[in-house]
Amino acid sequence: MTRKHILVALVQDKPGVLNRIASTLRRRNFNIESIAVGHIEIPHLSRMTITLEGDDAKVEQVRKQLDRVVEVIRISDITYENPVEREMAMIKVKASASTRSEIIQIVDIFRANIVDVSPDSLIIVAVGNQEKVETFIELLRGFGIRELSRTGTIALPRGGAGPLTIDESKPLRHVVEHVLTEEEENLPNW
Amino acid sequence: MMKTGAEILCECLLKEGVEVVFGFPGGVLLPLYDTFPKYPELRHILVRHEQGAAHAADAYARVTGKIGVCLATSGPGATNLVTGIANAYLDSAPMLAITGQVPTFFIGKDAFQEVDITGVTIPITKYNHLVLDAAELAEYIREAIYVAQSGRPGPVLLDIPRDVLQTKTDFVFPEKVDLPGYKPKLFGHPAQIKKASDLINTVERPVIIAGRGVNVSRAFAELKELAEKSQIPVVTTFLGIGCFPESHVLSYGWLGMHGMGYANKAIHHSDLVVAIGMRFDDRATGVVSAFAPQARIIHIDIDAAEIGKNLNADVPIVGDIKNVLQVLNKQITKREHVSWLSQLDEWRAIHPATEVRDHEGLLPQYIIRQIHEVTKGDTIIVTDVGQHQMWAGQYFFYDKPNSFVSSGGLGTMGFGLPASIGAKVGAPHETVWCICGDGGFQMTVQELATMVQENLDINIAVMNNGWLGMVRQWQELIYEKRYFGTQLYNPDFVKIAEAYGIKGVKVNKKIDVRPAIEKAMAHKGPFLIEFVVEPEENVYPFVPPGKTLVEFLEMPSPSGSLKK
Ligand SMILES: Cc1ncc(C[n+]2csc(CCOP(=O)(O)OP(=O)(O)O)c2C)c(N)n1
Ligand SMILES: [Mg+2]
Repeated sequence: MTRKHILVALVQDKPGVLNRIASTLRRRNFNIESIAVGHIEIPHLSRMTITLEGDDAKVEQVRKQLDRVVEVIRISDITYENPVEREMAMIKVKASASTRSEIIQIVDIFRANIVDVSPDSLIIVAVGNQEKVETFIELLRGFGIRELSRTGTIALPRGGAGPLTIDESKPLRHVVEHVLTEEEENLPNW
Repeated sequence: MMKTGAEILCECLLKEGVEVVFGFPGGVLLPLYDTFPKYPELRHILVRHEQGAAHAADAYARVTGKIGVCLATSGPGATNLVTGIANAYLDSAPMLAITGQVPTFFIGKDAFQEVDITGVTIPITKYNHLVLDAAELAEYIREAIYVAQSGRPGPVLLDIPRDVLQTKTDFVFPEKVDLPGYKPKLFGHPAQIKKASDLINTVERPVIIAGRGVNVSRAFAELKELAEKSQIPVVTTFLGIGCFPESHVLSYGWLGMHGMGYANKAIHHSDLVVAIGMRFDDRATGVVSAFAPQARIIHIDIDAAEIGKNLNADVPIVGDIKNVLQVLNKQITKREHVSWLSQLDEWRAIHPATEVRDHEGLLPQYIIRQIHEVTKGDTIIVTDVGQHQMWAGQYFFYDKPNSFVSSGGLGTMGFGLPASIGAKVGAPHETVWCICGDGGFQMTVQELATMVQENLDINIAVMNNGWLGMVRQWQELIYEKRYFGTQLYNPDFVKIAEAYGIKGVKVNKKIDVRPAIEKAMAHKGPFLIEFVVEPEENVYPFVPPGKTLVEFLEMPSPSGSLKK
């Protein structure tokens, strides 16, 4: 089934990682809908959230190929884990004296924020899942959008430990003489 | 201890057990070439084109199982490596490509001979890096070599700017490799192995397909034990040739487009395919949706991304083949598959694919068979790409692991000659035969000079059919003989050899074949035989594109009888 997938990855913070990931996705003809990268609580590690359209099996295949990238520590498809998803949009919209109050009403309904006001426009920040953000943008379109910038989705799975949770008691070290732990050996599937 | 980047590079290579570097110098590499003489244990072999360095390193890696190292200068030197890196990538050969780069303060400014080679090689390397600090060089070399050789092997590239080679820094050889994201899975999942053994213990028509992964993992004894204990016929892939002795009663040739008819039939009618260290390449499977239609599939590979890529596996096992088979072999029971094996033997009788037909003219197949007879099979065969490559796979019988070196995944014309250099350097005590076509030979012909300079005892057979034979064959069979752009004007290959200082003979007649082969073998140093062969001979069996494995074409109404 083709649908939107959310892949989350923990990667080493090294040059070229983003390139390799993008290159792998491009080779398999995936259109990256969004990609968001940022540091995490552990130094030298970043988390990436990639959203793309694709059929389940194809996405799983490319996930395994992405997992081959040396700097990728873990990568997981959390599409079916009911994740909390958010993205942020900054929208600069035309606002005259006559349209301003109507815009403010819409902003209130969507719990967005006005972060800058100038005589003929407003900058609005909206946070929500992709659907909400897009509906919001649609509603503002009629007033005239001057500039629009979106962060792309970031997501966390609900509940306890997620697939990328790092167990602090175990060092993230991999040495030449790497012996698989029993747990690693008994990973699901194979 | 304070050392320059160039010294660190040499020290690290030696510490990693590297003995040979195939290279070609250039401006930014001068600091390194100025350092090499201080490390005489590190043999530098000067090639004549960087592509040759990469192919030589690739073949060296295949015959030795160790990492092959090639070296090129920045810009054009680096881009000349690209074909060779791609070749190693597709055939999973462990290779370290080192490229010089313009000094760090020039990078990104389109400096003279600057190319972003790490950018260029992202899709064809397992790992690559531009090293910007001499203090990090040792760590990167260690990481790169570790990544190249472990898991599913492959090429890695380090791009080193000239000033990094010159900078002095404190050198400590890193004890450990720290790559938290890189954990090749070495052991198969026990539950999956159990499922596999349950299947193997119950099915009636099993077949093993053994690929290059068996060679890489050196799981020869384990594969033999599995086959013998369960009496499973073994078919190899083209790159798996040699991983199971072809003289073994359970050996049924290799599969695919030009594979043996009986091998393809065995797979098509099997009820279980045990795929080991292979990746269901389209040249191997024919139309993949009709591949082994009645079979369940056990797929064993160290690379999880290969599983389910081209074909769904019923039992996927990710792990190192040697380890997986060791566990699996303990769980399988002794079996006999008398009727299945006799069915296969019957197919082998109806579809002989390795018999040389009686023919007046000089057949390439006959030549390959003669090389087999004279060498008694005890030689490394290195091929180029084309018809002769397929005949070398079909008409020579391989009993020794890694005795067949060929460009499978990329199908790189020009691979043969430099690869034979790598093979000979890696296995100096083995006889090496390089089988080339008249087309591909001319793509890397300049490496003849390398052979002479290094005095390498390599026997070269050029199959001169006057055509880009494999393409001509497709034009004949698929494009109704509309030949275009495939006929070759050729030089006198013996004179070419002579110009390089290489002895050679031209052979036109069958009766001269054997003496020429013997002469080449007796000669110390490179020797070239130009065989003027039947121009329009075709490779059979042939599974035309878009057909299933059992829809192979065979040699039409033989003009002569078949002869063993
Ligand atoms: C670098 C490269 N270019 C083109 C091809 C396509 N190709 C495959 S086989 C072949 C013909 C090879 O001719 P020759 O070397 O004479 O060998 P023959 O088939 O005649 O034995 C060609 C052109 C290729 N495999 N590699
Ligand atoms: Mg030819």
